[in-house]
Amino acid sequence: MTETDRQARLDTRELVDETASAAPVTSDLPPDDPVHAGDQTRSQWRDVWRQFRSHKGAMVALVLFAGVLLFVSIGPLLWTIDPTYVDIRARNSGFVAAHPLGTDQLGRDMLARLMAGGRVSIAVGLTAMIIAVTLGSFIGVMAGYFRRLDAPLMRMTELFLALPLLPLLLLMVTLFREPLSQNFGPAMGIFILIVSAIGATSWMQSARIVRGDVLGLKEREFILAARSIGTPPRRMILRHILPNVMSPIMVAATLGIATAIITESALSFLGLGFPPDFPTWGRLLYDAVDQMVLYPSRVILPGVFISLTVLCVNYIGDGLRDAMDPRIRGR
Amino acid sequence: MLNFTIRRLLLAIPTLLFISLVIFLLLEASPGDPLGDVPLTVPPEVKERMREALGLGQAWYIRYVLWLKQFFWVEPLFWFDQVFGTSFSDGMQRIISFQSRSPVFDVIAQRVPQTLIVVGMSYVVGVMIAIPIGILSAYKQYSWFDQVGTFVSMIGFSMPTFFTGVVMIIIFGVKLQWFPSVYDTTLEVRDWDSFMAQVRQMVMPVTVLALYNAAQVSRFMRASMLDNLGQDYVRTARAKGLGERTVVLKHVLRNSLIPVVTVIALGLPTVFGGALITEQVFKVNGLGQLLITAIYANDLPMVLTVTFLFAILIVMFTLIADILYGVLDPRIRYD
Repeated sequence: MTETDRQARLDTRELVDETASAAPVTSDLPPDDPVHAGDQTRSQWRDVWRQFRSHKGAMVALVLFAGVLLFVSIGPLLWTIDPTYVDIRARNSGFVAAHPLGTDQLGRDMLARLMAGGRVSIAVGLTAMIIAVTLGSFIGVMAGYFRRLDAPLMRMTELFLALPLLPLLLLMVTLFREPLSQNFGPAMGIFILIVSAIGATSWMQSARIVRGDVLGLKEREFILAARSIGTPPRRMILRHILPNVMSPIMVAATLGIATAIITESALSFLGLGFPPDFPTWGRLLYDAVDQMVLYPSRVILPGVFISLTVLCVNYIGDGLRDAMDPRIRGR
Repeated sequence: MLNFTIRRLLLAIPTLLFISLVIFLLLEASPGDPLGDVPLTVPPEVKERMREALGLGQAWYIRYVLWLKQFFWVEPLFWFDQVFGTSFSDGMQRIISFQSRSPVFDVIAQRVPQTLIVVGMSYVVGVMIAIPIGILSAYKQYSWFDQVGTFVSMIGFSMPTFFTGVVMIIIFGVKLQWFPSVYDTTLEVRDWDSFMAQVRQMVMPVTVLALYNAAQVSRFMRASMLDNLGQDYVRTARAKGLGERTVVLKHVLRNSLIPVVTVIALGLPTVFGGALITEQVFKVNGLGQLLITAIYANDLPMVLTVTFLFAILIVMFTLIADILYGVLDPRIRYD
């Protein structure tokens, strides 16, 4: 049965259910579980997924992104060369069977380095996004729900928006890399530093979006109903508000991954990212720039991976936004 | 409108003060030592005197207020003197860079033209490309032009400038040898040849930045045009027999440009920040490069001043965007 068929049948059944239930005399009681009234469910997320699938670019992007994720997660299990193993005799090799993507100036295998680098880059992107979106949604919900907090929190958001972010990021990373490296080890210290710096400087957009949505939600009847039965604010937010602002949060989160990956690689590119023996895509690009005349592939490969990942994530974000917008859903 | 402008201007002052305090405290909390490069053979008491000479001996709030005074009072007076030949600022201490021991603003004044030429040019070029593309792809929504345009702008939006820059250097600078890959700042434009040399060296950095900006602006332009094309007044205009050209280019375009103009104004300061990376790629010694070298060298006054200048740009252009929005769209009333 095709999707359209299924949908059409579902629609008919819903229509039948509706008409039947509106009949004046029904001996049956209404079903105990109204959500599953028919034998097939029709949830919001199913609708979103259906709409998402009709966005061709987003579907291609989703497949590609899954491919990149597999490449960096499963890849190192299949291609077991250590990305930091120095084989000076095989340095600067071209595309040969032993090193499908060549080696760098110290003879380290590029394929393994790209996998390891991607792992770090995507981990940075995901973690920074989670921090930014959590912080942003928290501030947004607080500002939107509690009227007393609205003005101060929004003033703070505006202040943060007025900060010159890239210079400040550069400053934070240069100034605090030493103490953090000493406390958590060079790689972990920089990871914590970069992730928290990016998270702390990119929560503002999601906070604003969430606040706007919460302000709109607060006027709705179901909130009034929930309040009238005495729901405390904590449960109000967790049960009624948050699930309803999930869609803008998810879009912001997707786009946040893209920005975080770009920011991390920009920092690495300026030489302020991870230490040299700890590859990330941005770092690989930066290391290769000195020899780009002789070995352009070493610059292009990590750059292509960064761009591809960011492009995919942006497309997925676009598709999600379209799919979650009820005004155009079902068109 | 005037009321709104004045109120916003007054509100900008505490914002800026707060930002400067944040930057100052961030620098203050840093473990770096501006005297870290001084040889170990220098005795400690001499080092202490050097520290005092740099103004580092006092408490942080005294130094902060001193810097505020220098930034907002001494420097404007100095430039006033320069222009009008007066001598208000005689004997006053300007902000001195730790690195070069020369006034910070003199160094900045040397660097601003490079940044302004490259960044300004790229922004103008980017907007000029973006607006026609946005108009066309909205007018012919879902046509092949629109599909290609949206895809290209998505790519331009997703490719970081350091990657596009490096790829352009490899293709056009190294393989084809069309353009020089390093920006030569010492070049003086005297005659036609040197002018052409200047143009040639500007092509790549300007293209890279322009593509990035164009990608963002054209997305906004397309969305804004689409919003307006479905409005009732467009149908009215068509119904009374106006030509398609007049409808689109006069009625729709003017209305769709309103949000785009504010986006352009809002984007300008971030472009300065983003140009930091492009400058690094093409070795343009502009403001961004100055900031990066200053950060490496622990040159606190320079870092503080340049970062604060970026902050001023952001606050200023946000204000300009808000005012422009109110001026261009009479439906928006702030009061």
